[in-house]
Amino acid sequence: MTTGVLAATTAVGSNPVMNLGMFVGFVAITLFIVHRVSSGNTTTAGYYAASGQFTGGQNGIALSGDFLSAASFLGIAGGIAVHGYDGFVYSVGWVVAWLVGLLLIAEMLRNTGRFTMGDVLAFRMRQRPVRIAAATSTLLISYVYLLAQIAGAGGLVSLLLNITSKFGQSIAIAVAGILMILYVLIGGMKGTTWVQIIKATLLLLCMALITVFLLGRFGFDFSTILGQATQHNKLGSAILGPGTLYGKNKLDFVSLALALMLGICSLPHVLMRFYTVPNAKHVRRSLVWAIWSMVGFYFCTLVVGYSATALVGDDAIVHAPGGENSAAPLLAYAIGGSVLLGLVSAVAFATILAVVAGLTLTASVSFAHDVYASILKRGISEPRKEVRVARLTAVTMGVLAILGGILVNGRNVAFLVALALALAASANLSTLLYSLFWKRFNTPGALASIYVGLGSCMVLIIFSPVVSGSSTAIFPNADFHWFPLSNPGIVSIPLSFVAGWVATMLGSRGENPAKQTEMEVRALTGIGSGLPT
Amino acid sequence: MALTTDAQGRHSAMYEQDQHLFDAAEYANQGPDFAAIRSGAEFGVLRRRLRRFIFPMSALFMGWYMTFVLLAAYAHDFMATPVLGLINVGMLLGLSQFVTTVMIMLIYCRYAGRKLDPALAAVHASAGVSS
Repeated sequence: MTTGVLAATTAVGSNPVMNLGMFVGFVAITLFIVHRVSSGNTTTAGYYAASGQFTGGQNGIALSGDFLSAASFLGIAGGIAVHGYDGFVYSVGWVVAWLVGLLLIAEMLRNTGRFTMGDVLAFRMRQRPVRIAAATSTLLISYVYLLAQIAGAGGLVSLLLNITSKFGQSIAIAVAGILMILYVLIGGMKGTTWVQIIKATLLLLCMALITVFLLGRFGFDFSTILGQATQHNKLGSAILGPGTLYGKNKLDFVSLALALMLGICSLPHVLMRFYTVPNAKHVRRSLVWAIWSMVGFYFCTLVVGYSATALVGDDAIVHAPGGENSAAPLLAYAIGGSVLLGLVSAVAFATILAVVAGLTLTASVSFAHDVYASILKRGISEPRKEVRVARLTAVTMGVLAILGGILVNGRNVAFLVALALALAASANLSTLLYSLFWKRFNTPGALASIYVGLGSCMVLIIFSPVVSGSSTAIFPNADFHWFPLSNPGIVSIPLSFVAGWVATMLGSRGENPAKQTEMEVRALTGIGSGLPT
Repeated sequence: MALTTDAQGRHSAMYEQDQHLFDAAEYANQGPDFAAIRSGAEFGVLRRRLRRFIFPMSALFMGWYMTFVLLAAYAHDFMATPVLGLINVGMLLGLSQFVTTVMIMLIYCRYAGRKLDPALAAVHASAGVSS
């Protein structure tokens, strides 16, 4: 087994030409499609929300595509392979969280707003301050999430193309960033959605086939896979139960789970996807599609993760370039040789590209629509100019992501995904729920819940063990931490709800009764939104 | 050129809509009578039916998920109890989260189709908005 593992490890990346070929093929095909579908991007509705023309099914696949990021695809498969059950527990949150969107947010958001989260939050509030707050939250969360993804690209490239030098990886990050900007500039929402649909379909098919193959190989007995996995993992049968990864700081894990459940459907790029379909019924349909595909995907990930340990061994995975993230590619090589490895790798890279493109688009739309058009131009901007501002923001965001990605490449930035989720759960969810369901909620309340949510998250993370005071911290030699958890959610989420409530009670009573009645009717019925029913 | 004209046409339509967003008083005068819809019996039915479903259901799935998380965090031995071969309680509980998520989704869709959509259609009909 050891020799087999070594052979697999050294052989990975031995065919970078094929990996590169498949990747270039994917990019060429998707860029062509993006170019073909992208006519009509001169209007704000077209560029921002694909004119709401996607069907529920298409949008549902794209939604799940937003979540099948490198972090969740490679990261969770690797987490299960190396840490066993705790990796699986993490994946459960990614599925359950969709119910928050389905039951509490999605349909009402579609009925109320047009392009951004700010549309809903500022609907019955004072436009200027609330839109600035909503845009701040959107830009910050998108950038943190973007940084996590693009930093992952560096490790992935080193695995796929056998690039080990820091300089080479920086070039690869820059190329990925430039491609991302191209998708957004050419395609707008329509183009990026199509890239997301293509990629998600490929990824889901790929995972389903690999899973069926693996189950067949082990005689359709999951227990056999588990048995062999325990033999090839140095933790032994401990990988079947909880505690291997999150056992040391239990409260930290509870905090992470809370942020997962409440944060996923409050991420700005997910909220924005609820606007790309014609009406609320299609939003419901998209979520049904998304939930089915996520359940299927994470079931497959469970099988793939344990099989990776069973067939490759945790030792080979941890020591491969890319570490835990290499579990799925290594397994692909072990069962399908370099062709399957190339395919899985190309899909994985496509995943990063599609997700970062979606994030960049969201950030740029929020800036152009909430800050430029609504605040700087007081709502009377010319759409063509507004779209130009959105494109400029996308380029700026892309350049910042490339620079940030190069800067953090090789550092331990795994906490960024969890941070983005905690930020979203703290700042966006509380404010959205209050706006949609609490009549008295007002401008001071909205500002307080957004800024206290964002602020408390950032302060707690800066003084947490992920930034200083531990060997894996960003500054391992300094120690100024006093917050014991690396996930701030358990403190910052309740804090933001409390802040929103207190500020509302202290603030003026009722801002604009007519607007508030309009929002209540519109959120539930769509009347006045101009949407086809 | 035809495309440009089309695009221009859409611009002006949206331009107007954007202005409405910023002029509440004018919008209230021209748009549907939201206050009347809001106080209508049909709207009350829709609102009640929606809230009666989504709030308890959200509490249910959040409670159920957090129970699972707390068990995974604090009850290691219980979760590691084998049930079927090497498949243990923890794994079955985790997979059951998948099952309950799908079930709640299906129940919601059924409820929406039977109770919410007809109530919504009633609001549209009484407000005189085509649906």
